[in-house]
Amino acid sequence: MSGVLAPLVNIVLVLGIMLNLAAFLIWYERRLLGLWQDRYGPNRVGPFGLLQILADMIKIFFKEDWVPPFADRTVFVLAPMVIIAAVLMSFSVMPLSPDIWVADSNVGLLFILAMSSMTVYAAVLGGWASNNKYALLGGLRSAAQMVSYEVFMGIALMGVVVLTGSFRLIDVVDRQAGLWNCVPQLLGLLIFAVAGVAETKRTPFDLPEAESELVAGYHTEYSGMKFGMFFVGEYLGVTLISALTVILYFGGWRGPLLPPIVWFFAKTLVVIAIFILLRASLPRPRFDQLMAYGWKLLLPLALLNLLVTGAVVLR
Amino acid sequence: MNAILSSLRSMLHIFLHAFRRRETVQYPEERPSIPPRWRGRIVLTRDPDGEERCVACYLCSVACPVDCIALQATEDEHGRRFPDFFRINFSRCIFCGFCEEACPTYAIQLIPDFEMGEYDRTNLVYEKEHLLISGPGKYPDYNFYRVAGLAIGGKDKGEAEREDPPVDLLDLMP
Repeated sequence: MSGVLAPLVNIVLVLGIMLNLAAFLIWYERRLLGLWQDRYGPNRVGPFGLLQILADMIKIFFKEDWVPPFADRTVFVLAPMVIIAAVLMSFSVMPLSPDIWVADSNVGLLFILAMSSMTVYAAVLGGWASNNKYALLGGLRSAAQMVSYEVFMGIALMGVVVLTGSFRLIDVVDRQAGLWNCVPQLLGLLIFAVAGVAETKRTPFDLPEAESELVAGYHTEYSGMKFGMFFVGEYLGVTLISALTVILYFGGWRGPLLPPIVWFFAKTLVVIAIFILLRASLPRPRFDQLMAYGWKLLLPLALLNLLVTGAVVLR
Repeated sequence: MNAILSSLRSMLHIFLHAFRRRETVQYPEERPSIPPRWRGRIVLTRDPDGEERCVACYLCSVACPVDCIALQATEDEHGRRFPDFFRINFSRCIFCGFCEEACPTYAIQLIPDFEMGEYDRTNLVYEKEHLLISGPGKYPDYNFYRVAGLAIGGKDKGEAEREDPPVDLLDLMP
């Protein structure tokens, strides 16, 4: 009985934790942005404004869920589902602590890379199905951005994989018992962080959305809970990249005294705070600058990092 | 390389803002200090004797760019003019203060009160009893009828403050 129940409990646990964390991030981001902009952020609803999430959710559920008559209805409805499904799938191989994981895949990292690349379909399909020029431009940009940043994101991660000798995330964490990977793989970490921001389409790499030029980019035509799904997907993506950073570079759940799950979430929230600090401080680059950074600077650096790591490991 | 350094520098600066004083005024609990000449709710004031200052000259109503002031002039038994009704529709008022500038007797004044929220739009139509306050507002000593050279009941020509007695024109012989 417990053989069947334990994975089910873990599935419910991981889904529950991640979806609630994504909701919590709405409040977290707004409070932190407020903190860094000399104001308070939402602090009215409930203790510290925490129930703002609930208020926002009630509001968004009552909004009109409108599908534009010129849109491709099937794809339009499908796109927000893709982003949520793809991101939640990648959490299935994410070990939150030594006991809390859904699947222990020996190609876990590859699976996460594959699934997080799937999120681009949501942006492209949503932008295409909206039949709106701004949405289409946003979708195109997101595709171009993803193609260029996905490449060296994978290559940057390969440094960790070479060090560990395994794609299994639990192995990766176990190997960091002595020294966290952020020391030998500092360059890889920085490149991965940049690629991760681009992957989640967050400022300063939010060109697919670019509210100052493309209205709202690929989700211009979305409203109600479909729009909400895109946002939950974005926050889930941020959580995913942060959790992955913690697992790959900051020793996962390792830490003294406190239980592993607490360490894991503390580290993840700190990484998410850095994501938000990036958003609070940096302006959006021009699109050609974005592509030039990707191909001319970060890709060679990632290759160099892999080369040096490989040379050191094989020596 | 420069771009990366400057990005990191701006991130540091933004982070340090976490320790700055908050700009927000937590409104219902904390009150912002509003300058006394701030243009908020409109009131009708009284002169130091407690009489209405308004002489129902219609200048405010004419000056109002959104036509939100309506009034009707009338006179008491002494010949003193006052508005029979005086109505301001605050759902149209844009708080420009032109009425205050137009007023020759300092009767109509804008005060620093902005908390006029209503659930029903008709509640924003203020009648004279809502507008009239008991004091003289921003000009405590001014009394139009005491300085104006107008004869009304109780005060004849030449009896106003700083006014010479009227000159008999027929006396002005060379």
